[in-house]
Amino acid sequence: MRAIRAYLRGPAAMIGLVLLLAVIAMALSADWAYPRDPLSLAGRPLQWPGANPRFLLGTDNSGRDIAAQIFHGARISLLIGLVATGIAILIGIVVGALAGYHGGWVDDVLMRVTEAFQTLPNFLLLLVLVAVFGSDITTVTVAIGVVSWPAPARLTRAEFLSLRSREFVEACRTLGMGDMRIIFREILPNALPPIIVYASVVMAVAILLESALAFLRLSDPNVASWGNLIGLGRDVLRTQWYVSAIPGVAILATVLAVSLVGQGLNDALNPRLRGR
Amino acid sequence: MSALLRLDGLTVALPPGADRPHALEGVTLELHPHEVLCVVGESGSGKSMAASAIMRLLPPGVGIEAGRVVFDGQDLTEADDATMRAIRGAGIAMIFQEPMTALNPLRSIGDQIGEMFRIHTALPGSEIEARVLTLLEEVRIPDPRLAARAYPHQLSGGQRQRAMIAMALALDPKVLIADEPTTALDVTTQAQILALIRDLQHRRGTAVLFITHDFGVVAEIADRVAVMQHGRVVEQGPAVQVLEAPQHPYSQALLAAVPPLGAPPPRPIAEEPILVMEGLRKTYRTGGFLGRGARVTQALRGVSLVLPKGATLGIVGESGSGKSTLARCIVRLIQPDGGAVHLAGIDLLGLKRRAMRQATKRIQMVFQDPFGSLNPRRRVGELVAQGPMVHGMPRRVAMARARELFALVGLDPAATDRFPHEFSGGQRQRIGLARALALEPDVLVADEPVSALDVSVQAQVLRLLAELRARLGLSIVFITHDLRVAAQVCDLVAVMKDGEVVEQGPIGRVFTAPAHPYTQALIASVPGAPAARPGALL
Repeated sequence: MRAIRAYLRGPAAMIGLVLLLAVIAMALSADWAYPRDPLSLAGRPLQWPGANPRFLLGTDNSGRDIAAQIFHGARISLLIGLVATGIAILIGIVVGALAGYHGGWVDDVLMRVTEAFQTLPNFLLLLVLVAVFGSDITTVTVAIGVVSWPAPARLTRAEFLSLRSREFVEACRTLGMGDMRIIFREILPNALPPIIVYASVVMAVAILLESALAFLRLSDPNVASWGNLIGLGRDVLRTQWYVSAIPGVAILATVLAVSLVGQGLNDALNPRLRGR
Repeated sequence: MSALLRLDGLTVALPPGADRPHALEGVTLELHPHEVLCVVGESGSGKSMAASAIMRLLPPGVGIEAGRVVFDGQDLTEADDATMRAIRGAGIAMIFQEPMTALNPLRSIGDQIGEMFRIHTALPGSEIEARVLTLLEEVRIPDPRLAARAYPHQLSGGQRQRAMIAMALALDPKVLIADEPTTALDVTTQAQILALIRDLQHRRGTAVLFITHDFGVVAEIADRVAVMQHGRVVEQGPAVQVLEAPQHPYSQALLAAVPPLGAPPPRPIAEEPILVMEGLRKTYRTGGFLGRGARVTQALRGVSLVLPKGATLGIVGESGSGKSTLARCIVRLIQPDGGAVHLAGIDLLGLKRRAMRQATKRIQMVFQDPFGSLNPRRRVGELVAQGPMVHGMPRRVAMARARELFALVGLDPAATDRFPHEFSGGQRQRIGLARALALEPDVLVADEPVSALDVSVQAQVLRLLAELRARLGLSIVFITHDLRVAAQVCDLVAVMKDGEVVEQGPIGRVFTAPAHPYTQALIASVPGAPAARPGALL
């Protein structure tokens, strides 16, 4: 409760929350506002926004309604953001918790693996994964999650390193608790706040990664994603720049919203920074 | 004689939402030249806040509301920042509780002491160097030349505190404020530092404002005493008067809570042992590559002790003596390198992990830190019920049992659904005790269970422990650095030094007729002990 009140006090956090709610509202209302398939032909191609009252945001080079693609694309972006973040955080927590709690050779092995992932730029790794496993939307989402886990893992490990030597953990051991129970039921709740905050960063990056893939035409072409629309607009960038710019603004707003919410969460969950 | 430093009705306001509106309320104190004024009080009494207010180093949000601080005829509450900077260090110097954090770890000791001269004077470099060496000699650091070049981590705690004192005295301040300067030190080091402060004060005539929570230290060093409670000075007067005939009920209660060093009459002890430690060894290795250049610390070098059934075995020693390692080896939080621990015939060290988890029912531990030893995210009732639940008791039964235990340790059974941060230090320590007792252990290992508590709370917890021991027939291994506390609860005592037991026996015998020179030194160092000042506090 205290954390929620602290969150609501931050103006930037409130702007972020409003923006994010707007994107979520777009995603939820897509079927109702634009019941037709957003990828179907709607009218004459390359109409400027406002030129035709039927197409508020104009049409793209194949004559598809841009507004419909933006609304339906919100679903894809949020879905990819949430699922990929979930995968990354889950792997990160398990790897980081085991490494931080056990230390010794377990830590050495897990951290060397993590570093192996970190030394590769994650976009390159993503390209390799998509090239090998194909580019339907499920594969892309999972691949983004799989390349994003090292940072959350290191964060979790750092939290566990400082928490595992606390006396309450020793107390749990003297009560006869097993390791798994201590790790996930006793230490993890104490380590969660910074991980939750970091999840917002992972989510923003996940949305950007998908757009980057789509821009290279390596994402799933059969879904109406913002990245696909930008990629499509690339061909007419100099004359009909709005085709790329409109989804670009949508991505910008969403990533900004997620980041602001993350900042707000950080201020609310991290009591040491409060009052500064 | 006119006062050098005078606090005149000083009132310091706390930010809204604090537990009380004022940190200090109308505090009036006078510090005369050539005297040591001890400000004594429990945590939260505002004694450290008074020091910060004098130096105008109050935390943000805390401000002086009324009153004056007169130093050398000048009201410091109205002085501007430049004046304050000139006074800090040169007029009023300060030493702190933890010299490790008060010193900059990346600069040498000599450099940091020399900085005092560089800031406040225009002396040439060679002169500064010479003065630094003189100062280090004066605070009796062994080999001052080496110490001046050393970095803080290369010195021991006592030496660091000596360096801090040298730094504080560099510019010959008229007033020295010492904020719990010996609290983080071992008892023998504490005795040396107190003697040093006393000696320097005599020689230089500095007035010392000495802040402490420890009446033993007060008896050792004070000329006059001011007792503080809830931000007010409740009593002040000459040391002898306050210590021997306190007037205010709070001072009386505080003094009564100071445990006497003399041992209580011995209780009959059973012959039958319940816990036997045989030749326990533990060595820590840190750093080094392939065994070369590694630092090896022998924490335990063959410790053998016997705890008879129903008795309390005290393990006393200074920091680094291995007493906490011993406690953790007994409950197998640390795996010893060698030796054996027999609990009622079972060899604990030989047990497999699963079997050891079962055996934890019979031996439980109470921890030192009342804040760190309870998981902040769990309700306290759950914390107490966890143990029995791990060992298969249904949740409902375990929670009911937790409420019974709360009553047993003197807490409100209705408080089981609150979180740890809603309790005070003493109450949390009671919760820790309830958690350990929930499994109905035969043996309780208590690692400094009262060290983090104020003296009045300490007395309550010790009384509770003695009561529970009698009621439940507990056998206790009681680890402490405080000989006064050991004298209160222990039947037997073992004195540890550098991982070895140097002396053991019934507490009455060890404390009245110590055989080993180290034990003798330890007992003589207890502040306020009879050797230092006959009659004081005993």
